[in-house]
Amino acid sequence: MDNTPYAIEMLNITKRFPGIIANDNVTLRLRRGEIHALLGENGAGKSTLMSVLFGLYQPEEGVIKKDGKEVQIRDPNDANDLGIGMVHQHFKLVECFTVLDNIILGVEPTDKAGFLKKDEARKKVLELSERYGLKVDPDAVVEDISVGMQQRTEILKMLYRDNEILIFDEPTAVLTPQEIEELLKIMKNLAAEGKSILFISHKLNEIMSVADRCSILRKGKYIGTVDIAKTDKAELSRMMVGRDVEFVVHKEPSKPGDTVLEVSGMTVASKVHRNNAVKNVSFRVRAGEIVCVAGIDGNGQSELVYGISGLEPLVSGSLKLCGQDITRAPIRRRSLAGMSHIPEDRHKHGLVLDYTLEDNIVLQRYFEPEFTKMGFLRRKNIRAYAERLIEQYDVRSGQGPATVARSMSGGNQQKAIIAREIDKDPQLLIAVQPTRGLDVGAIEYIHSQIVAQRDAGKAVLLVSLELDEVMNVSDRILVMYEGEIVGEFDPKKTTVEELGLYMAGAKRMEVGR
Amino acid sequence: MKKSERSVFRRLIENDGVQTLLASLLCILGGLLIGYIVLLIIEPSAAWGSITAVVKNFLRYPASLQGKYLGQTVVRTVPLLLCALSVLFAYKVGMFNIGAAGQYVIGACATLYCAIALKLPWIVCLLAGAAAGALLGAVSGVLKTLCNVNVVISGIMLNWISLYFTNNLLSRNGIKRPTGPETIQLINANPKALLPTLGIDRLFGEKSAGIAIPLALVIAVLVWVVLNKTKFGYELRATGNNPNAAKYAGMKENRNIVLTMVIAGALAGLGASLFFLTGLVDWETSISSVPDMGFNGIAVAFLGGLSPLGSILSAFFIQHITSGGGGVDLRFYSSQISSLISSLIIFLCAFVGFFKLAIQNRIRRNDEKKAAAQANGSGKGGEGK
Repeated sequence: MDNTPYAIEMLNITKRFPGIIANDNVTLRLRRGEIHALLGENGAGKSTLMSVLFGLYQPEEGVIKKDGKEVQIRDPNDANDLGIGMVHQHFKLVECFTVLDNIILGVEPTDKAGFLKKDEARKKVLELSERYGLKVDPDAVVEDISVGMQQRTEILKMLYRDNEILIFDEPTAVLTPQEIEELLKIMKNLAAEGKSILFISHKLNEIMSVADRCSILRKGKYIGTVDIAKTDKAELSRMMVGRDVEFVVHKEPSKPGDTVLEVSGMTVASKVHRNNAVKNVSFRVRAGEIVCVAGIDGNGQSELVYGISGLEPLVSGSLKLCGQDITRAPIRRRSLAGMSHIPEDRHKHGLVLDYTLEDNIVLQRYFEPEFTKMGFLRRKNIRAYAERLIEQYDVRSGQGPATVARSMSGGNQQKAIIAREIDKDPQLLIAVQPTRGLDVGAIEYIHSQIVAQRDAGKAVLLVSLELDEVMNVSDRILVMYEGEIVGEFDPKKTTVEELGLYMAGAKRMEVGR
Repeated sequence: MKKSERSVFRRLIENDGVQTLLASLLCILGGLLIGYIVLLIIEPSAAWGSITAVVKNFLRYPASLQGKYLGQTVVRTVPLLLCALSVLFAYKVGMFNIGAAGQYVIGACATLYCAIALKLPWIVCLLAGAAAGALLGAVSGVLKTLCNVNVVISGIMLNWISLYFTNNLLSRNGIKRPTGPETIQLINANPKALLPTLGIDRLFGEKSAGIAIPLALVIAVLVWVVLNKTKFGYELRATGNNPNAAKYAGMKENRNIVLTMVIAGALAGLGASLFFLTGLVDWETSISSVPDMGFNGIAVAFLGGLSPLGSILSAFFIQHITSGGGGVDLRFYSSQISSLISSLIIFLCAFVGFFKLAIQNRIRRNDEKKAAAQANGSGKGGEGK
């Protein structure tokens, strides 16, 4: 392997933006037929480097070589001609077209009169999907198929164009554990067939399991390239973050107190199908414990939280918060009664993106006398409060409290939400996938905050799709499958494998109250 | 020394308000230029004279009459400004109030009915106009929250409904003049309904100028204060920017949407009252299209950068050129040409956002170039940062 020639070399690339150096003398060499991981925290310069490779930015310094020859990549068309293809994190598919139409879009085979020759295209697509094990239905409409199949469509798009260099930009962020497994297998297949793969990620487990080598960026600088066979997670994360990272969350055994949240026979309707999304669910969360709801995405976890937080009405059942009935209470009253909610989708629910950071920080409290007097906002108090939270929770942004939330990085947006919800001093903290899309450093911080809340005697309900998180953070695990709770576990006495069986619906136990 | 001058300029150019102002000026210049080209194509000899007449408006009259015509322009600016406020208020809450035109019509209807048929004093007529507009706005708001009907659809429907209702009601005996399609002049029908002038009429030498002018300015400032300084405005803007987040934060979004449409409707209705109670014009019951006051309000709001204070300037400007349009040389151009020119400028106003983006892009590109040049100049060797 060591003698395999390089397919793409990016040598000493430097790209500056006003005020920052996004890539500072970065070198990345991709061998033919290898899977090369590109690792770095949010804002480390991964996207900029890929944009340079795609011709979206011109570097101030450095050269790009393809097969040893220097090339100029002025725009994405040049990149395409060189056989470079990319699966973006957010897919670029026409929703109302079929899989086949999406694949041939832009390179449609036609006869002399200009009519489409789809049969030929279909043959090629089926051949490719067979060869690489990419299961797709070429006639299915994209909006009807699963995220996993959409991603396979994107991969087929690259293969159909005979791309040799395939870039995967955080491809696993949107997939279920099973789909991730399958994707990693596909990537290995592709590499075995001679394709060169660049795998952008900050999930160390995945890098360890598929990549041959890994290049690490930190704050725009090139840190180094390592052979995966000769390294481990600890070294990779040290190179990425610049210090040692704790993978195990340190916490004392929990000392549960009184019941804070009591859910009895809760049923919540689904927005997407006729069946109820949550079916007759009962459980309780006590003060001083972290209860984690585990399960594969789409098994009713979102609706469970919508029901508890008041975003959706209950079909039946009842809710009690600190002994007070809140079954039909409006959202504001639940919030005042001591419920905090870190929502699943920070852009949809968590933030008003066009508001400033300070206005977002008071989103749950703007009406309190401290921030409103006779109907007028007390700007000075809002500013002071925001400054305190920004300082205390280390929320980083360009212009402090006056920064528009939209312009902040995902990790800092999430920190702002967490600061807001925790500082409300709730009795119950609901956190839904609080670490989704965040890098190792931020995840570590958020986990420590959640544990600190528990230790302060708060009840925490955590919903997570990441089994590592479920095992590390929780004191008690509830597994949800098709809207029901099918198992209750002590994380110390169970294994990921056992949880997986319950999550997939292969086993279930009767969970009483 | 030079550096500090630069930074003042930078701070100015990076200011959002300054960018809006620049973009608006660019739009105006573009509109005038295209209008001039149209005039040139039709008849080159009279083009310059006509386009300058549009720009000059009242200034083309002898000095003794300038005040009077300026006064008329200002009086007509008032309803335009109120319609613009109506549009921008709803826009901040995420709704496009194209129904401002109908709210304006129904406001005029209620005002004139109270004034001519019921002989009520001006203050009552004023409130009736606002109430009627508010009611129509409420219909749109309730339809939106209960049945998820887009306010644009309900707004357009209600525009026509209000127009024909108004024409019908105001055509009755005792409201319409026996001899023509217009309503009876207020000065004859019910002088108590005329707005007080507070001496402003003498200032301009135009008897229709009065309390409406300061009142409109106060309302514009009030709208700004409500939107930007109050808890209510904070909730409304949050609802407009992200209804899901507003709901998540426990705000009553449905109530806020209805309330917003009520306020927007009241503003447009009040605009009609403040115009028709000056006695400058009367309602023409034979018109078969919705008056463009409400629609022009949309252009004014955007030209004014969706700011209540910016709208004061843009409303005056739009009215200035609309009035000035009457000054084109009618020997060569048909009378509609004045509307064409003002329409062109209003049309170009829709591009304020586009020009603003262009300005921002220019600043950014300059910065990038400078950063690159600096880096190259300072030597490639030691980049310690």
